[in-house]
Amino acid sequence: MSTTAVVNPGRPQRFGHRRSQQFTERVIAAVLFGCAAVTVLTTVGIVVILFSEGLSFFREIHPVDFLTGTRWTPASGNFGVLPLILGTLMIAVGASFISIPVGTLSAIFLAEYASPKVRSIIKPILEVLAGIPTIVYGFFALTFITPLLRDSWLPDVGIFNALSAMIVVGIMTVPMVSSISDDSLRAVPESLREAAYGVGATKFEVITRVTFPSALSGIVASYILAISRAVGETMAVTVAAGATPHLTLNPLESVQTMTAYIVQVTQGEAPHGTIEFRTIFAIAMTLFAMTMIMNLLSARIVSKFRERYE
Amino acid sequence: MTQLQQTYPDPLSVNEVPIQQHFNKGEVTESSTPREPNLRPRMKSDRPSKETDEIKDPAVRIQDLSVWYGSKQAVGNVSLDIARNQITALIGPSGCGKSTLLRCINRMNELISGVRIEGQIEIDGEPLYIDGVDPVEVRRVIGMVFQRPNPFAKSIYDNVAFGARINGYQGDMDELVRQSLEQAALWDEVKDDLKGSGLALSGGQQQRLCIARAIAVQPEVILMDEPCSALDPIATQRIEDLMQELATSYTIVIVTHNMQQAARVSNRTAFMLAQEDLVGRLVEYGQTEQLFTSPSNKRTEDYITGRFG
Ligand SMILES: Nc1ncnc2c1ncn2[C@@H]1O[C@H](COP(=O)(O)OP(=O)(O)OP(=O)(O)O)[C@@H](O)[C@H]1O
Ligand SMILES: [Mg+2]
Repeated sequence: MSTTAVVNPGRPQRFGHRRSQQFTERVIAAVLFGCAAVTVLTTVGIVVILFSEGLSFFREIHPVDFLTGTRWTPASGNFGVLPLILGTLMIAVGASFISIPVGTLSAIFLAEYASPKVRSIIKPILEVLAGIPTIVYGFFALTFITPLLRDSWLPDVGIFNALSAMIVVGIMTVPMVSSISDDSLRAVPESLREAAYGVGATKFEVITRVTFPSALSGIVASYILAISRAVGETMAVTVAAGATPHLTLNPLESVQTMTAYIVQVTQGEAPHGTIEFRTIFAIAMTLFAMTMIMNLLSARIVSKFRERYE
Repeated sequence: MTQLQQTYPDPLSVNEVPIQQHFNKGEVTESSTPREPNLRPRMKSDRPSKETDEIKDPAVRIQDLSVWYGSKQAVGNVSLDIARNQITALIGPSGCGKSTLLRCINRMNELISGVRIEGQIEIDGEPLYIDGVDPVEVRRVIGMVFQRPNPFAKSIYDNVAFGARINGYQGDMDELVRQSLEQAALWDEVKDDLKGSGLALSGGQQQRLCIARAIAVQPEVILMDEPCSALDPIATQRIEDLMQELATSYTIVIVTHNMQQAARVSNRTAFMLAQEDLVGRLVEYGQTEQLFTSPSNKRTEDYITGRFG
C-alpha cells in the first residue's frame, strides 16, 4: 500500500471503485489462489509422507545395500533394488527405441509433408491411440504380441516377457512424442523456413538445418515426457512383463518394474507397518529421484542445443 | 531530388514512347537471341538511351504473368523487363500483388499451397517456368530479403555461411563471410563478435545480416520485399545506401510502400494497382524520375500524389 497517494479524505466522484466489481475481483483471486494452494499442498504432502516413511525404511536397511543389492526378495530379507531398477529402465529404454524414432518421424511427416487432408485423418487416430486405457495395451501385449513373437522368430519367449512390454509401451507413447513434436515444429515461424528456401535450401535441408533445430526444445521435452511415462507405466507392464524381479538384461524373460512391485505390495501381500510394506516408500523415493534427475538432465540438454526464437 | 540527379546522368531524357510498347513482346527483338551471361560486361551497358526507354538485355523478363490463390486471381497479365544492375521499385497500394509478383521471380510463391501461376519469367533469357527447372537452383541465383529481418538463431558467422554451406561452397568460408558482411556494411560492427547470436543484433543490423546472408550465395538478382518497413529512418538510410552500392554488381528489385524511398533509390519504378476485380495489374512502368514527375497515367498520378482511395 506504499503507493497510495491519496492524502485528502473525501469521496471520489468519477474514479471511485465500483463496489460489486471490486468484490467479484477479490472472490476470483481467492478462488484461483485456493486452487493453486491445493496443488502445492498436495505436492508437499506427498513429498513429506514419501520421505518420512522412506527414511524410516532406510534406518533399518542401509541405502547402499538397498541401491547395490542384486536380489529383491523382501520376504526373505533381501532388499537389493537393482533388479527392479534394471527392469524399469530396460522397459523404458526399449520403449523409447520405438516411440522416439516413430514419433519424431511421424511428427516431421505431419508438420512438414502431410497435406491438410492427410493430417486431418492421422491426427485424430494418434489421439485415439493416446486415449486407450493402458490395461488394454497390457492384454494386447499378452494375447497378441507375445503369441506373435512366439509364432514367428522367437519361439522361446516367455508368456510374461519384457520385450512385449517394451513394444507395447513404445506404441503407447508414440502419440506423446509425435503430437508434442508436431506442435513445436509447427510453431517454428514460417519466415525462417522462407529464409532458408530463399538461399536455395531443399526441403530436406530446411527441415534438418532450420526447422528441427528450432523446434528442438519441444522435441526433447516430448522425449523426456515419453520416457517418464514409460518409467511410470504400471498396468500394461505388469500384465505384459509379469512380476518376477530378475536381474537380467534378457528381454525375453519376465521382469518386474518398480511400479509393478508397488502395486503388488499394496494389493495386500504385506501387512501395514512391516518393513516389507515400507519398501514401497523407499522405491517410490527412488523413482522420484530418477524422474527428477531426468528432468534436470533434459533441462540441461535443451538449454544446450536449442535455437531460441522470439 | 538530388539523389535522382545522381542516379540519372541525363535527367532530361524523356520517354516519348507509349508505356505499353515496352511490354509488347514483339517490340524487343534483341533479347530473343540466346546469350552467354558471363561474357557480358555488367556495368553501365544497360543505361537507358536518350531516345527510348527500351531495356536492352534485361536481367529478368516477366511475360504475361498471372497468379491465382485458389480460385482468386491476385495478379493479372503482368509483363515487365527488369534492367540489369539497376534498382527497380514495385509500388502500389496494399494487396495489389507486389509481393506475389516478387515471389514469383525466384519461384518462392509456389511454396504456398493452392497457388497457380501462368505466364513466363526469364532470367538471362532462360525460362523459369518450364518442366525440368529446379526451383532450388533458381533461388540460388535469385536471392531474397524479407520484410521482417529473419536471421536464424545461429551465430552471425553461421547465418552468413548458411547458404554457401548448403550449396557446397568450396572456397575459403572465413573470407566469404568477411566479404559478404563488408558488402552488407555490417563487418565493422560485428567483426569482433562473429560467434555471437544473429538475434542479438538490432533490427537494422539484423536486416543487413540478412542481406549478407543473401549475398553470400553470390546471386545475380536480389529481391527485397519492403526491407525497411520494420526499421527506423537511420537504419533505413543505411540500407538504402547499401542498395546503391550493391546495384553496381547485382540487379535489385525492391517492393516498397514508401514512395520517397522508391524515388530515392530506384532507377525504374513499376506501379501496380488492383481495381474493382481485385486483380493486381501493372499500370505504369518507366524511369523513376519520369514516373514521379510526369506520370502518363491518371491513376499513377493520383497514387503518387497521395490522392488515392
Ligand atoms: N498466401 C495467400 N493465400 C491467399 N491469398 C493471398 C495469399 N497471399 C496473398 N494473397 C492475396 O493476393 C493479393 C495480393 O497479395 P500480395 O501480398 O501480393 O499484395 P501486396 O501488394 O504485397 O500487399 P502489401 O503491400 O500489403 O504487402 C491479396 O489480395 C491477397 O489477399
Ligand atoms: Mg507485400
